[in-house]
Amino acid sequence: MTTASSADHPTRRDFLFVATGAAAAVGAAATVWPLVAQMNPDAATIAAGAPIEVDLTPIAEGQDIKVFWRGKPIYISHRTKKQIQEAQSVALSSLPDPQPDSARVKAGHDQWLVVIGICTHLGCIPIAHEGNYDGFFCPCHGSQYDSSGRIRQGPAPANLAVPPYAFLSDTKIQIG
Amino acid sequence: MSGPSDFQPSNPALKWIERRLPIFGLIHSSFVAYPTPRNLNYWWTFGAILSMMLALQILTGVILAMHYTPHADLAFKSVELIVRDVNYGWLLRNMHACGASMFFFAVYIHMFRGLYYGSYKEPREVLWILGVIIYLLMMATGFMGYVLPWGQMSFWGATVITNLFSAVPYFGESIVTLLWGGYSVGNPTLNRFFSLHYLLPFVIAGVVVLHVWALHVAGQNNPAGVEAKTEKDTVPFTPYATIKDMFGVSCFLIFFAWFIFYMPNYLGDADNYIPANPGVTPAHIVPEWYYLPFYAILRSIPNKLAGVVAMFSAIIILCFLPWLDSARTRSSKYRPLAKQFFWIFVVVCILLGYLGSQPPEGIYVIAGRILTVCYFAYFLIVLPLLARIETPRPVPNSIADDVLAKSKGRAATAASVMLAMVVAGSLLVGGTQNAKADEGGTAPPAQKWSFSGPFGKFDRGSLQRGLKVYKEVCAACHGLSYVAFRNLADPGGPGYSPAQAAAFASEYKIKDGPNDQGEMFERPGRPADYFPSPFPNEQAARAANGGAAPPDLSLITKARSYKRGFPQFAIDFFTQYQEQGPDYVDAILQGFEDKAPAGVTIPEGSYYNKYFPGHAIKMPKPLSDGQVTFDDGSPATVKQYAHDVTTFLMWAAEPHMEERKRIGMQVFFFLVVFAFLMYFTKRKVWANAH
Ligand code: FES
Repeated sequence: MTTASSADHPTRRDFLFVATGAAAAVGAAATVWPLVAQMNPDAATIAAGAPIEVDLTPIAEGQDIKVFWRGKPIYISHRTKKQIQEAQSVALSSLPDPQPDSARVKAGHDQWLVVIGICTHLGCIPIAHEGNYDGFFCPCHGSQYDSSGRIRQGPAPANLAVPPYAFLSDTKIQIG
Repeated sequence: MSGPSDFQPSNPALKWIERRLPIFGLIHSSFVAYPTPRNLNYWWTFGAILSMMLALQILTGVILAMHYTPHADLAFKSVELIVRDVNYGWLLRNMHACGASMFFFAVYIHMFRGLYYGSYKEPREVLWILGVIIYLLMMATGFMGYVLPWGQMSFWGATVITNLFSAVPYFGESIVTLLWGGYSVGNPTLNRFFSLHYLLPFVIAGVVVLHVWALHVAGQNNPAGVEAKTEKDTVPFTPYATIKDMFGVSCFLIFFAWFIFYMPNYLGDADNYIPANPGVTPAHIVPEWYYLPFYAILRSIPNKLAGVVAMFSAIIILCFLPWLDSARTRSSKYRPLAKQFFWIFVVVCILLGYLGSQPPEGIYVIAGRILTVCYFAYFLIVLPLLARIETPRPVPNSIADDVLAKSKGRAATAASVMLAMVVAGSLLVGGTQNAKADEGGTAPPAQKWSFSGPFGKFDRGSLQRGLKVYKEVCAACHGLSYVAFRNLADPGGPGYSPAQAAAFASEYKIKDGPNDQGEMFERPGRPADYFPSPFPNEQAARAANGGAAPPDLSLITKARSYKRGFPQFAIDFFTQYQEQGPDYVDAILQGFEDKAPAGVTIPEGSYYNKYFPGHAIKMPKPLSDGQVTFDDGSPATVKQYAHDVTTFLMWAAEPHMEERKRIGMQVFFFLVVFAFLMYFTKRKVWANAH
């Protein structure tokens, strides 16, 4: 490839080769972009992920419901006095992922726990009202969450995530 | 592939692999050291172009399959959603759909090149036959791919082509049933076509490997048609052929990009933007342009079985070409008579293609028969006869002599290749624009549209006014089911803010449910909702409208067209005229006349429209002056309404048009610069070889 006659201007030739190679590289990179970007969620999926409103009136104390937002199950628990009490009194230092209960519920709405019902271990759905901590139990590999959705025991590394939500009124929340 | 290689990698890891699997030696001997004749012209770069096209089709196809739904009820919609919602979905779909045409375009040049230079002659018979097999596989793949969008042409093309097999004596009906997986073309047919459409390209890739293997055993033919004898006759494949091929590819990409970004529907059929309807056959069933010559042969024979046999023979006969043409001189360059007949044959094929796109009546049938005879005569009479009677001119002693003989005229080749490609392409394809509007309708007057041409943009004011007209008038009967309220805030659209779009949506009542009690309920619209249709189903729409269901308007400006005729369609290719649909829709809206002219009778319940095919339209005059008031002071006239609502519907049919044209300009700029760089790089590299 480099058997050019010496009469040729080597610098000019090299510049041409480098410029062509660089242009080819830029072109290839620009081509790859849409081929990869197409795998991201499409516009309809994103639009369908808009916030949802949930009416809390039908949920009695001690009950919980599961709603879906962006394809994820969201647990909304109406906690009992006992559950709130347990969640608030536990020593933070004993928790694998220390977080006070107040950071996991909205101020003034202590009775409502809203968490994404996806185990932080490998994504199974924990069962409510099971396990030793008055919270959730994940049947896949035995993780146990307490009444604040915090991890207490088992292989899961973190607490159940709290989705973005806000109280529109005392009996209505908007998730998302 | 051309014998054992003495190539040894120097890197110890590669050496380790090479001892166990001599793959680097194989690559080196096949694509680096491989001696390639030094006198190859640019027609030879089409081999590389085809390899690139195959790779590109497989790549974009695999991606599209990630978003496509092969179900009779969902396929059409899923293709629309790819184009509208998937990131760069419009680009990928255009690449794949236009790519099929480009693939065939390149393969035809490749085949004609082989024909002209006698590349099928001893010792390259197997190489040629493998090529014919690839071509047949391509035809099957292309056909099944065309079925997948499940539009009207998909459905009826599938019906007509599968019915070809019903011509087989005794087993015909059973074969067709087997192909369909039902009593007619339906969901099982679509499913299996999808499966096979995904499979066959990989089979093609396999046969391509054999094709390249055979090529590397026999060595490449060349324009002189004499075999390479000494070192002086050849140059190593890399860098010489590689660089030259890359230059050829970059030029071809410019041509390809013209279609992808500016003429994506030029090669398609407007009818395929109408969802498949098993109850209505489009007025003209026309296959994609690349099948047209064979379609013309099929139709010119008045007997079903004979027609099908003739059509398949027209392709199979290529396999026998090495023995039909027994002339010793390979290249037509040195065969004065064969050269002339070759060009006549090219013209015959193009004319057959043109006839294939025309209705099978009158002069077209007779011309079709004559040309069919010419087609077969070329192979069965002309070539065998020429081999006996023609005195060829002396061929050069060696390739090196051939190169010395013509030291000029090189640069002109590239230009002529491009020109020939463009001209032949536009000629071959143009006849296919077939239209709803061409029977008995007056051609709609061409309008000025802000969105036409390479820099075209939608006029925001017009889009907003058009939306108002749609909402207040058209929406009473016509749906707009592929457009969501959120789209009103998309870039390149009517220019509303997300909040305005949400407010617009909330004025609509959307049926949702079932709720926890199992009941359907109504709620205010959200941005993610689609425009609700005025009728719950097609039957209701039909019943309420005198038997003719008002079509959904989401795609109407792409689903309607009218015949441009020759030579207009060829000019359209260069002027990027793509606005048949809007012109037609605009004309229909303005084409109502209270009184039908003398001699035209309009049946009860229909209305006279100057531009509607057959003039009797079931839709009453929808617009009248003063019906809609605009806030911006635009005139409240039918002319203005028609223009605005058509602009709006064009946007509804292609919401990413502005992005397409904008990215197209960037791609064009890049490709032209790149092609120039490649050209000079190629010259520098080849400077050593001359
Ligand atoms: S996924 Fe829940 S414990 Fe493993």
